[in-house]
Amino acid sequence: MPDLNQRASIALQDATLQQALNRTMEHFVQGRLQAFAALPHGEALRDQARRIRAHTIAHLDEHLLALERSAQANGTQVHWAADAAAARKIVLKIARENDVRRIVKSKSMLTEEIELNATLERAGLDVLETDLGEFIVQLAHDHPSHIIAPVVHWRVEDVAKLFHQHLGSPLDADIPQLLATARSALREGFLQADMGVSGANFAVAETGSVVLVTNEGNGRFVTTTPRIHVALVGIERIAPTLRDLGTLLQVLARSATGQALSVYTSIITGPRRSIEEDGPEQVHIILVDNGRTRALAGDLAEILYCIRCGACLNVCPVYHNIGGHAYDSVYPGPIGIVVTPAIGGLAPWRELPQASTLCGACVEACPVRIDIPRMLLKLRAQSVAEGYAPGWLQKGVRLYARAATHPRLFRWAARLARIAQWFAPRSQGWSRRLPGPLAAWTKTRAFPPLAGASFSEQWEKRSHQ
Amino acid sequence: MSRVRVQFFITCLLDHLYPHIAQDVVTVLERQGVLVEVPAGQTCCGQPAFNSGFWAEAASMARHFLDLFADAEGPIVCPSGSCAAMVKHHYRDLFADEPEQLARVEAVAARVREFSQFLVEDLGVEHAGGRRARYTYHPSCHLTRELGVRGPAETLLDHIPGAQRVPLPEAEACCGFGGFFAVKLPVISSAMMNRKLANIEATKADVCVVCDASCMTHMNGGLIAQGKSPIVKHLAEVLAES
Repeated sequence: MPDLNQRASIALQDATLQQALNRTMEHFVQGRLQAFAALPHGEALRDQARRIRAHTIAHLDEHLLALERSAQANGTQVHWAADAAAARKIVLKIARENDVRRIVKSKSMLTEEIELNATLERAGLDVLETDLGEFIVQLAHDHPSHIIAPVVHWRVEDVAKLFHQHLGSPLDADIPQLLATARSALREGFLQADMGVSGANFAVAETGSVVLVTNEGNGRFVTTTPRIHVALVGIERIAPTLRDLGTLLQVLARSATGQALSVYTSIITGPRRSIEEDGPEQVHIILVDNGRTRALAGDLAEILYCIRCGACLNVCPVYHNIGGHAYDSVYPGPIGIVVTPAIGGLAPWRELPQASTLCGACVEACPVRIDIPRMLLKLRAQSVAEGYAPGWLQKGVRLYARAATHPRLFRWAARLARIAQWFAPRSQGWSRRLPGPLAAWTKTRAFPPLAGASFSEQWEKRSHQ
Repeated sequence: MSRVRVQFFITCLLDHLYPHIAQDVVTVLERQGVLVEVPAGQTCCGQPAFNSGFWAEAASMARHFLDLFADAEGPIVCPSGSCAAMVKHHYRDLFADEPEQLARVEAVAARVREFSQFLVEDLGVEHAGGRRARYTYHPSCHLTRELGVRGPAETLLDHIPGAQRVPLPEAEACCGFGGFFAVKLPVISSAMMNRKLANIEATKADVCVVCDASCMTHMNGGLIAQGKSPIVKHLAEVLAES
C-alpha cells in the first residue's frame, strides 16, 4: 500500500484531477461566504447551531431513546446496529423478509462507511445509486472523493465519455443532455424498485422523522416509490426538535453549497397511513454506532457535532491540492482525518492526523465551529504516546527539548549546527542539503544559515559594555 | 509620562537564524519610545514539539518560558503570530492538570502581544517606518485565525509614504510550512508552497511581507531553491528601513 506521500504525489500529477479541483473548489468557498454574508445574523445562527449540537451530543442517550419512542409511535421500525456488520445484516434481513430484488439508493456516506453496496450485490440484489454523482461513481466503479460532491474529481468531458460508453449518449453531450440521459436511466430504476435505501441528514427525536436534503429530488423518489424505505442513521445525527432542525438546515445548506435551503427537504414521518394513497408500506430506521460511542467516550466527542456539510474540505489547502482519494479513507479532508481515527481507531489510521498544517481554515469555515486543529493535536499526542512517531523525530524532539531547557546547551548546539552547516552545498548563502530526514526539506527548499552570533549573544555583549 | 516597558520574546528562529530582524524589532519599538527588555536565557516556546504530539517535552519548554517571563514586567511582545498563539492559547492545554502552573500560564498569556498588534492596537501607531516599494502581504495562519489579528500589518504598510500594497490572491491560504509537516509530508507541503509562490509572483510585488519568520523561511527557501530571489520579508525588517 503506497503511503500518504506517495498517494499525494499521484494526485498532484493527475492533471485531470487538478483541473477538476481548480474548477470547483473556489466556487464552493465563494458560495458559502456569500450565503452567510447575506444573512444579518449569520454568526449568531452558527453559535445557535453549535449549542444545539453540543447539547444533543452531551445528552445523546436520552435523545436516541426519545427518537425510538416517537418513531415507533409513527409505525416506523427501529433497529440498533453496533457496527458495520450488524447494520449490513439488518438491511439484508429486511430485504429477504420482503422478497426484495431491486434497491434504489439516495446518497449516503454512512452506507459508504459500512460498505453496504458490496454486501447487497453479493447477496444477488440489484442496487442502483440515484444521486447523479453516486450514479457516475457506481457506473465507473469509482469512489466518492468528497462528502457532498462525490464526483468533484470528475470533469464534465469525462462524464460524457462514461455515459457514451454505458448509456449511449453522444460523446460530446453537454450538461443538459447528460442530465436527460441519467434521468431516463434512473426513472426506470425508481419504478421497478422494491426497496429504497437512504441515509439521513438528521433524525428528529421529537417527531421520529428522518430528514433528507437533496438538490435532485432523487431522495424523495427513493423514499416514496418503493414498498419499503430503510434509512441508515448515524447515532449522532439527531435533531432533538423540529425547531432545532430549522436552525441546522439553515446552516447546512449555506455551508455546503451556498444555498439558503437545499432544493428538496423531505421530512419522513412513518410509513403510508390508511388514509394515504402514496408512500412506503414500511419505514425502517437503523441506528448505526460503528465506533461513534468510542469517540463520544474520549477526547474527540466534539467531532460528532459534524453535520457533514463539507465546508472544511472546500477550504482546506491540503484537500484542495490532493483531492479526496489520496486520504484513502471514506471521509476525506479535515473532518475525515479526525473522524476516521476517532471512530475507527488510531492504529490503522495513524498517518491521517499528520495531513494538516494546523492552519485553522477548517474551524473558521465549520458551521458548528468544531475545533479540528485542537483534535488533531490530541490525536498526534496519542500517536506519540502509542509509539507511532518515527524514531528520528522522537530522538530529535527529546534532544531539542533537553537543550531548550538549558540555555547554555542550546547555545552550544546552535554553534555546532553552525559549523556542520559549512559542509552543505549552498545557494545564495542558504544550504541546499540537510542531513537525514531533513533532506525532505531541502529537496524543494533551501535552509537559511545559522547566524555567527545569536541575537541574545549580541544583546548580552552590548549590555555588558 | 513614563515609557512603555516591554519584554521581548525573541523566538528561536529570529534569535538564531535572523538576529538582524530581532534587532529590527527592537529598533522599531525604540523609535516609538518603548523601553525594550530582553529576558536572558530564551530558547524555544515548545511549539514544534507540541504540534507534533510531544506534550511532555513541550511542557518542559513551556515551564522554562514561564520561568523567564512570569516575573518580568509589562507586555510580552512577540514578532511571530504562531509563537504568540502557542503561549496565548496552547500552554493551558499542557498544564490542564496543574492548577498552580495554570495560574502562571493565564497571567503570562494575558500579557502576550504579537508585534504588529502591539504597535497598532496598543500603541496606536500607524506609521512606524518603511521605504516606498510595491508590497504584498501574506497573512500568516496562526496570526489571523488563532490570534484573530487581521489588519494591523496592513495598516502599517499602508502608512509607508509612497508605498503601494497590492492584494495577494488566495491571501489567507497556508503557505504549506506547518512545522514538521513540511518534512513529514513534503510533497503536499511543496505543492502548497508552489501555489503561494505563484500567487506572490502574480502580484509583481517587490516585497512580500509576513509576520512570521517560519513562513518567511519556507517561502524564501522555496524561492532560492527555484533560483529566484528571496523577496519575502518580516514586517519588522520592512519597518526598520527608513
